[in-house]
Amino acid sequence: MTESASKIASDVRSGARTAASTVKESLDAIAARDAELHAFLYVDDLGARAAAIVVDAAIEAGRDPGPLAGVPLALKDNLCVRGVATTCGSKILNGWKPPYTATVIERLVAAGAIPIGKTNLDEFAMGSSTENSAFGPSRNPHDTSKVPGGSSGGSAVAVAAGYVPVSLGSDTGGSIRQPAAFCGLVGYKPTYGHVSRYGLVAFSSSLDQIGPFANTVGDAALISTVICGHDPADSTSLRDGYPDLMGALERGVAGLRVGLCSDLLDGADDEIVAQVRAAAQVLEAAGAEIIDIAIPELRLGLSAYYLLAPAEASSNLARYDGVRFGLRVERDDVAAMNVATRTAGFGAEVKRRIMLGTYALSAGYYDAYYGQAQKTRRLITNALDNAYASVDVLLGATTPTTAFGFGDKVADPMSMYLSDLFTIPTNLAGHPAISVPFGVGATGMPIGVQILAPGRKDDLLFQVGAVLEKGAPA
Amino acid sequence: MNGYETIIGLEVHCELKTATKLFCGCPNMFGDEPNTNCCPVCVGLPGSLPVLNERAVEFAIRIGLALNCEVRWSNFHRKNYFYPDMPKDFQISQYDLPLNSNGTLELPDGTVIGITRAHMEEDTGKSTHLGGSGRIHGADSSLIDYNRSGVPLVEIVSEPDMRSGAQARAYVAELRAILVAVGATDGRMEEGSMRVDANVSVRKPGEPFGTRCEIKNLNSLRSLQRAIEFEALRQVDALESGERIIQETRHWDEQAGRTGSMRSKEEANDYRYFPEPDLVPLAPSDAWIEQIRSALPALPKERRARLLALVDKSDSATIDLVATVVDRELDDLVIEAVASGAPAQLAVTRAANELDAGGVLPSTASFAATCQMEAAGALSATQAKAVLAALVDEPNADPKELASRLGFEQLSEDSLGATIEEVIGANADEWSRYVGGDDKLAQFFIGKVMAATKGKANGKAVIAELQARRN
Repeated sequence: MTESASKIASDVRSGARTAASTVKESLDAIAARDAELHAFLYVDDLGARAAAIVVDAAIEAGRDPGPLAGVPLALKDNLCVRGVATTCGSKILNGWKPPYTATVIERLVAAGAIPIGKTNLDEFAMGSSTENSAFGPSRNPHDTSKVPGGSSGGSAVAVAAGYVPVSLGSDTGGSIRQPAAFCGLVGYKPTYGHVSRYGLVAFSSSLDQIGPFANTVGDAALISTVICGHDPADSTSLRDGYPDLMGALERGVAGLRVGLCSDLLDGADDEIVAQVRAAAQVLEAAGAEIIDIAIPELRLGLSAYYLLAPAEASSNLARYDGVRFGLRVERDDVAAMNVATRTAGFGAEVKRRIMLGTYALSAGYYDAYYGQAQKTRRLITNALDNAYASVDVLLGATTPTTAFGFGDKVADPMSMYLSDLFTIPTNLAGHPAISVPFGVGATGMPIGVQILAPGRKDDLLFQVGAVLEKGAPA
Repeated sequence: MNGYETIIGLEVHCELKTATKLFCGCPNMFGDEPNTNCCPVCVGLPGSLPVLNERAVEFAIRIGLALNCEVRWSNFHRKNYFYPDMPKDFQISQYDLPLNSNGTLELPDGTVIGITRAHMEEDTGKSTHLGGSGRIHGADSSLIDYNRSGVPLVEIVSEPDMRSGAQARAYVAELRAILVAVGATDGRMEEGSMRVDANVSVRKPGEPFGTRCEIKNLNSLRSLQRAIEFEALRQVDALESGERIIQETRHWDEQAGRTGSMRSKEEANDYRYFPEPDLVPLAPSDAWIEQIRSALPALPKERRARLLALVDKSDSATIDLVATVVDRELDDLVIEAVASGAPAQLAVTRAANELDAGGVLPSTASFAATCQMEAAGALSATQAKAVLAALVDEPNADPKELASRLGFEQLSEDSLGATIEEVIGANADEWSRYVGGDDKLAQFFIGKVMAATKGKANGKAVIAELQARRN
């Protein structure tokens, strides 16, 4: 499927094509290639066909199904859909079917989008390659010997392989932007509180944010406009003041102050640094002012993140205890059953982070670890706020490298964690960021450049992203 | 107590009587079919999120204000521990920044007990362990009802200011009256809507506090007092025999009348509190707090003062009667009855002893008229009590008519005089002792006359007749 979501929706709405044929095209593409790429954990063939019939019937009856009419959509499998198995890439949720649907999916379906299925991820969104999925990794369509990135790797592959024009992921420390960069896609992490988390299975509640993958900046704006907005079911959802993302696409960057940030470049491969510099030149040519800027505090993000996120995760994942749903390994008493279930149900990386987080919150260690990490988080947020006094947006790399090979980093968790170095600071600050494809590396693998903006100024990302998209190397 | 004094601090969990739960829209209803008032939020399904119930916050602030607390900016924390009836395996509670802190509660006798804090939290589900010990370890199976999961609670923590089981009992009784008065709870201890944990230690006066033990889940005032008294004696005995008190949680065995150790491995908990990231800080505005303060109803202390101002005596028996009237929420009835002519002392006494607060009450007019008839001698005390009891079936009946239906026509003075003469004649020895100054015998003669008249005689009239004949 090579058409954009906006083209599909306008064709379906005008009657130029049907939702049914669009869905069939999508399902055929999955059937043809997904045994190899493994983007999907579950394809809702019947549900998708039925939804397409509903959309087409609405068109025939003269009703408008909405701005995403007939657009096939892939969902990361940590998003709840009523009656559809949700695994989070883990054995521990074995057989669990949520009795309710996530707010974002309600909104997308109300706008005419058609969920096709649930995509692969690192278990509970913990990882950067999908290699931590209990159901095996997904493969990068640009080179199947390479990882697609993670944790939202399946959703990235679903778009990059042309199954669907848009998909949803979740981004806790880079889990949308990193796979977007690895797969040559646009990946957007909205301001914390812009997208309801109701129905997103929590990894780290204060960092998690749902966002889209798309082939174009315009499609990312289109779908984001639908999913953003206040939700009374999420107490951290923001009430008003949502920027106009579609309107930002044609605004250009004349007069915009772009901070080229050394701390979002140092440590990246030369070929990536070169593309970020080329991107800066594109913006300069379009009228932006390029300002070199250093924000050394950003370097502290990784260590703060790997205390805060596991701390929250250790608590969020406590409920997988075998009592009410999912896997249960029977034992004679409840405590032994809890331990046996969790031992069998969780993978190594999830266990590692639960241990880290439990330790960081323990009496006697709280101040030194969790408390210190919270202070660091404030320090980084303040540093970014200071930087935004002199620049409008920041520009840097999304990832230090292009997509790596399977098994390259599995044995060394630290090297895997370092692939999130440039993406983590925005999650800590609750700010928005976007990764836009910009050129390829020596091996032909895609490169992403990252744009960061102050909280609630998400429109600036689309303003800059649209210009970079037009100026990217062919 | 061998010269030891008991030191008691109480933690009282109070269920708020909101229509819905603390973090979701499920009904907050006791006694429904198990697991029918549940949703993804209160059974902790993956992806669900809490949303704070504003009404519960209002109730909690009412409690804070009624206990003279500072009400301030606060937040929620997660208290992490594994237990099957706690669906998320953490409880959303408050930690270092509770909504209400630094308050006081004044007991009816004037003693002031410090309130450390009164914070909000969610209740757990309810476990029923079948077979074995009846507790989770060793049970054959366990059933869990999540209807209670997420019910809003306020936990009121006192300072260790109490010195006896009776005082602890008075504290809980007064606290309960305050919580009911502000409309925050129904205060039903037997249904678990108020649950008390007692921290008890003993020491020789002037020494530092001793090691304390916590007695869990005391569900009546009687159990509370008995448990504390038992535990204090147990600790004194232990210390006197040269043992050390081990800090531990103990449970109260109502049948055996003793506390027992509950210690087991999983109680060595580190709750790993941290700020609940799914909720925003709880920051009630000053305007809202003042609005709640100005709408607070009269508290028991003030209501007792109002009644005490009406009665002529202020002996301890009357103070107790007034406390009972207010505790049973009969004070409005009494005050209205007094306003329509009932004598205050009598109205307080009859309300405290004869009326059933939970049941049907007489109308103000009927209650007032009955008291007036008794005061005027038209009804004996026994008859007045019978009329009040009969008013339960007919709250608006005319007491005069009821009295006649019950056969309570007063005896005429003549026939009373004749009866008294008969009684005197039949008990000549006693009569001469009475005449000789043995006043205790008045009671004897009243009893005899009452028996002879089948209770129809008016006690005051009998005394008057006896006095007249004695002189």
